[in-house]
Amino acid sequence: MGYHEPLTEIGEFPLVQPGTTMRVVTETVAGVTENPAPKGWWMLFAVALSFLGIFGGTIGYLFWRGVGIWGNNNPVYWGWDITNFVWWVGIGHAGTLISAVLFLFRQKWRTAINRFAEAMTIFAVICALIFPGIHVGRPWLAYYMFPLPNQMGIWPNFKSPLLWDLFAVGTYFTVSLLFWYVGLIPDFATLRDRSKTQVRRVVYGLLAFGWRGSNRHWQNYERAYLILAALSTPLVLSVHSVVSFDFATSLEPGWHTTIFPPYFVAGAVFSGFAMVMTLLLVTRQVFKLEHIVTMKHLDLMNKIMLVTGSLVGYAYAMEFFTAWYSGNTYERYVFMNRAFGPYAWAYWAMVSCNVISPQFYWFKSLRQNIPLMFVISIVINIGMWFERFVIIVTSLHRDFLPGSWGYFHATIFDFCTYLGTFGVFFTLFLLFIRWVPMIAIAEVKATLPEADPHFSAAGTGSHASHGSHGSHGEAHGAAAGVHAAAHGVAE
Amino acid sequence: MSAPTPTRAAKKRPALLLAQFESTADVLHAAEKVREAGYQKWDVHTPFPVHGMDKAMGLPDSKLGWIVATMAIIGFCSALSMYYFMNGVDYAIIVGGKPGFSPPAAVPVYFEVTVLLSAFGTVFGMFHLNGLPRHHHPIFESDRFAAVTDDKYFISIEAGDSKFDVNETRGFLENLHPTHIELLEEAVS
Repeated sequence: MGYHEPLTEIGEFPLVQPGTTMRVVTETVAGVTENPAPKGWWMLFAVALSFLGIFGGTIGYLFWRGVGIWGNNNPVYWGWDITNFVWWVGIGHAGTLISAVLFLFRQKWRTAINRFAEAMTIFAVICALIFPGIHVGRPWLAYYMFPLPNQMGIWPNFKSPLLWDLFAVGTYFTVSLLFWYVGLIPDFATLRDRSKTQVRRVVYGLLAFGWRGSNRHWQNYERAYLILAALSTPLVLSVHSVVSFDFATSLEPGWHTTIFPPYFVAGAVFSGFAMVMTLLLVTRQVFKLEHIVTMKHLDLMNKIMLVTGSLVGYAYAMEFFTAWYSGNTYERYVFMNRAFGPYAWAYWAMVSCNVISPQFYWFKSLRQNIPLMFVISIVINIGMWFERFVIIVTSLHRDFLPGSWGYFHATIFDFCTYLGTFGVFFTLFLLFIRWVPMIAIAEVKATLPEADPHFSAAGTGSHASHGSHGSHGEAHGAAAGVHAAAHGVAE
Repeated sequence: MSAPTPTRAAKKRPALLLAQFESTADVLHAAEKVREAGYQKWDVHTPFPVHGMDKAMGLPDSKLGWIVATMAIIGFCSALSMYYFMNGVDYAIIVGGKPGFSPPAAVPVYFEVTVLLSAFGTVFGMFHLNGLPRHHHPIFESDRFAAVTDDKYFISIEAGDSKFDVNETRGFLENLHPTHIELLEEAVS
């Protein structure tokens, strides 16, 4: 594919604002890690650290007293712990979607946001993994979850979706970390080569593994990236599907449905994009990255939220239809109870946040309205938390026997555990944007017009004629001519 | 017997010639010329993968896929045998009337372990094929080479190449119109 000007008539657009050169990309992104942090960063970091303190205190008290400090009761055995787990895992999905699925579909606009979104994935999965670890009651025995030899001579049950979940989330975390790191190697090399101090030179040098931009290396590197994307795509679809099996393979009314895997995956992508949007809007503002993360990127992400939000709305409607059509008394009751029972407030909060709020994005002016998209991204995150709460708590609190019905009241420790994981997330995230290139430098450079061997700065008219549709050989020959002409001009 | 103590300069020998270019088009066409001249131990260094460079250099396809495929098979088999040993041989848990080892009941585990080992194969296989990590390389002696991770492009021809001759190769590189040529040396071990 030869170089061609973006064809605005068919909706193509420049991926970075015109005039952004390789040097500008390097300076802008690497500069964030080299210059003193802006005041906004310190303010956010102070807030994040105080939430991290709340987390430490709450977890310490939880380990001392046990899970009885939470509101979980009989019959609501799973409360905020698993709600938070599912919510955080879901947040992570947008990162993999952006880095892997959009890569396979050759959506080059992803380069501005993929590093950012991948980091979000990793930190969100760390937050998610905390909950299965601490909800077991005796966290020093959490290793029972793993297929490890132990003193009782027993092994985990491979027919249990809870074990599948361990494999799925564990694999997801590991593969996301590898994918992220592979993407970072050339950018760590950039930081190494720009470093002014010995400490930076040694640390970034070690992290860069001696990368020297060799094309023989790039060949294997690009193949590795492609294979990792191809592995991550089915992986990300499997993770939330397996999380949904935790519910769907039980016999609980409201959980035992076949729509759960796709419904959970759509919801995960939806909430993940909302979280990327929240974080991106703030970072873009604080670090002045408007020329790399353009309005067009935000507009495209809003379109994805419109699609996935509508898919989630469809799933809500279909759950109701299936409950009615099944003719099963318990199933019907669970859904009537969701919408009109004691948790109706949570149900309608979920519907308003997830189904109604993204509908604003049908209009282009609203898709490009930054204050509105910031508000909607937060509303969606709240709505998706309520979705998991509704699924877990409203199904459990009234199932088969009215004699064992109950109601779930969250305690202050439920709140603090949840808020505390924000401290974990944002502390890690702020350290990341401070010390690691938060935009994929090498990948953005590869999408610049001058990165294309067929691009000629001598005149944009000359290559417009041979266009982009010739075979590689033709375009190549034509470009050689352009090159020769450019050379002549230079001499 | 004892030779006179050699000076520091005398202990060095040429390691490679490095030529700098300013645009992807220039470096791509220069790479084609180097390939046509029949050099074997040479390389192109760019801040990002340049489209069409593998072809210009005449590189064979990456072998990484074979490593990954092998690891995928190992991953699938190890997941299956783990389940077979743990629930089929050592500690049977009878659930839903199924036998302890019931292959269709743990497909997600086979899938996840296959993906996990394939990903390890991809990343560590890539490092292995690239000979990384390698923190010492004569090319890093060049001060100009730091720009390879910013906006400059380089071609290096190693002294170990059978066609390499300091003067001839330098003359050859000069004909490719680089903006700068430099000879990098390494210590004789």
